[in-house]
Amino acid sequence: MFKVIANTQLSPNVWRLDVMAPRIAQIRQAGQFVIVCKGENCERVPLTIADASPKEGWISLVIQAIGKSTRQLVALQAGEFIRDISGPLGKPTELAAPGQKAVCVGGGVGTGVVHPIAQGLHAKGVKVVSVIGGRSKPWVFFEQELKRYGEVVVCTDDGSYGRKGFVTDAVREQLEAGGVDTVYAVGPVPMMRAMAQLTKPFGVHTVVSLNPIMVDGTGMCGGCRVTVGNEVKFACVDGPEFDGHQVDFDNLWDRLGSYKTQEKEALDLFLQECQCAKQ
Amino acid sequence: MEKLSIKERMAIDRCVMPEQDPLERAGNFNEVNLGLAEELALQEAQRCLECKKPACMEGCPVNVNIPRFIGRLIERDFAGAAESLSLDNALPAITGRVCPQETQCESQCIRGKKGKPVAIGYLERFVADWARVNSKGDILKAPAKGKKVAVIGAGPAGLTAAGELSRKGYEVTVYEALQKTGGVLVYGIPEFRLPKKIVQSEVDRLIQSGVKIETNTVVGRTWTLNELREKFDAVFIANGAGLPVFMNVPGENLKGVYSANEYLTRVNLMGAWKFPESDTPVISGKRVCVVGGGNVAMDAVRTAKRLGAEEAIIVYRRSKTEMPARVEEVHHAEAEGIRFEMLTAPLEVQGNETHWVSGLKCQRMELGEPDASGRRRPVPIPGSEFVIPCDVVVVAIGTRANPLLTATCPEMKLNRKGNIEVDENGMTSIPGVFAGGDIVRGAATVILAMGDGKRTAAAIDNYLSSK
Repeated sequence: MFKVIANTQLSPNVWRLDVMAPRIAQIRQAGQFVIVCKGENCERVPLTIADASPKEGWISLVIQAIGKSTRQLVALQAGEFIRDISGPLGKPTELAAPGQKAVCVGGGVGTGVVHPIAQGLHAKGVKVVSVIGGRSKPWVFFEQELKRYGEVVVCTDDGSYGRKGFVTDAVREQLEAGGVDTVYAVGPVPMMRAMAQLTKPFGVHTVVSLNPIMVDGTGMCGGCRVTVGNEVKFACVDGPEFDGHQVDFDNLWDRLGSYKTQEKEALDLFLQECQCAKQ
Repeated sequence: MEKLSIKERMAIDRCVMPEQDPLERAGNFNEVNLGLAEELALQEAQRCLECKKPACMEGCPVNVNIPRFIGRLIERDFAGAAESLSLDNALPAITGRVCPQETQCESQCIRGKKGKPVAIGYLERFVADWARVNSKGDILKAPAKGKKVAVIGAGPAGLTAAGELSRKGYEVTVYEALQKTGGVLVYGIPEFRLPKKIVQSEVDRLIQSGVKIETNTVVGRTWTLNELREKFDAVFIANGAGLPVFMNVPGENLKGVYSANEYLTRVNLMGAWKFPESDTPVISGKRVCVVGGGNVAMDAVRTAKRLGAEEAIIVYRRSKTEMPARVEEVHHAEAEGIRFEMLTAPLEVQGNETHWVSGLKCQRMELGEPDASGRRRPVPIPGSEFVIPCDVVVVAIGTRANPLLTATCPEMKLNRKGNIEVDENGMTSIPGVFAGGDIVRGAATVILAMGDGKRTAAAIDNYLSSK
């Protein structure tokens, strides 16, 4: 059993859960994830470890509430428990070399995933510029956290906060200014695809963190297979981070939609039950 | 009870296992075989001739003393039969259900020479089920040895070794990657063949006997092997076969293509068969093709039928006689209306405009000369291509070694396929580190894994006693 010690809402649909998991907190590295199973009959949900304190023994999970499972997780209050957390899983981020410059791009919940990368880069002596975005001010989070590791550029679609426009515009400026060695981009598939397309002509190495559907997270099921450079890879053990210029985003996007019908059915039932409980 | 003469014994016909009606069971996940009633079991036991040199024992990978437990059964000494069995086999309720008896003990039974062999598997199951309900299950334990052993993987090999070592007085901790214990017994073998409550009761018995189980622990990630070596006097690696093998044909990444591992894990471990009561979904196709001819393929195709498939089809490149599946599973599948496309090899998974599976393009085969495995090699028949329309494809053609653990200790010797090499005692190239089950053998059976667990436990005892 893993105890939730804090639950903070970061944006209209993103929450941060801090959970006691001392062993994982002690050894996790940037880019790794855990698989969380809330209890009996619950799904196994892969979540990136957004932050951790080896000393205090907690890990942070940044969760976007979309379907039933994620909504149940973000509803957990401090003092409640998650039955299963296994990890840390996946390969750690290949961090740029000390003295190099990296741009860390986070879109939506991806900002939570890019946070530990920026943290790891900074600790290694890499110059970090973070570019984060959301549709408007309430959707932007982790600005202060990322400022600890370097400059932060905030973009909003409507210009209500930071600069107006998409993260791609801000990253283009960074690339044009030159001196960028690596771009780390995490966000929705269309955002990562756009980012890879943007950086390619500049010849800048681009790392993306993929979020395919996963069951066990240890290489056993193969459900998370993605096509990278015409080879089939398992995101859970070969990734989750890959060379963005090699990833077949179309196939990833397509496979992510495998359970649309069932996800809607489960969510509708769940919302109905919530309504009944309230009445 | 008066003993029957040989002639009287020879006159008894082999019993028939009562089972759920095929049409009814194809729509539910309840166990297919219902088990023998007491009188039927006693009658079957009397078919045993209690040979002086029992050939059946030689056919058993763990050398269960078969005539001894059947002998007790004939005397109606159920507790004695259970005790006898438990001395040789830690998980009899499981092996009685999933062992391929027809190629092991029963294939050697003298009665099989002129008729049908004694139904040893059914009797084993009868005794184990009796014990689960009736016996207090006191476990005789040697005094504590003050030494600690780590077991990696809570599948058949790991659980067997843990039981044996605990009984010998070692302090045993089992590390399991998933949230439930049992390994392939819970994620792979379906409820209708091996009810999960039976696995759970075996695990409960181990926990009662003092074995510690740590779930959610992925050795290779959560702990490295070397960290465990520092904390324990010996380590037994039994982490299973791991990575699914795909066919490497076009279209395998379309929506609706599963590895058997994923398909079965969703249904068995995660309970997708009761979705939406359980949160994990599975795509229950109307027409499901399962590629392969082993037990896993049979489990997957029968699962598809139970999930509501109008047609569930086995696609296998050789003929029925070469299928590695247990004969009983094939018979059960046939009775449940599974279609068999034999001598058929997939060439391509076809998809529709929204990238869902729409069919499996195949080619007919014929059998040529025997290959390295001794089975006749399937050879394509030119111009025989055809398409089986379907919306789900499950690939059940095997697994290969998962490198997660071994990658974190490069000094351990592996074979070409990435499986761990062990000596005659089951020890790896690292002193004090032993391995068994599928990570050594490649994909094999539950009983062979258990045999490894049992033999290696004895070897670990020797190793630690001499230290």
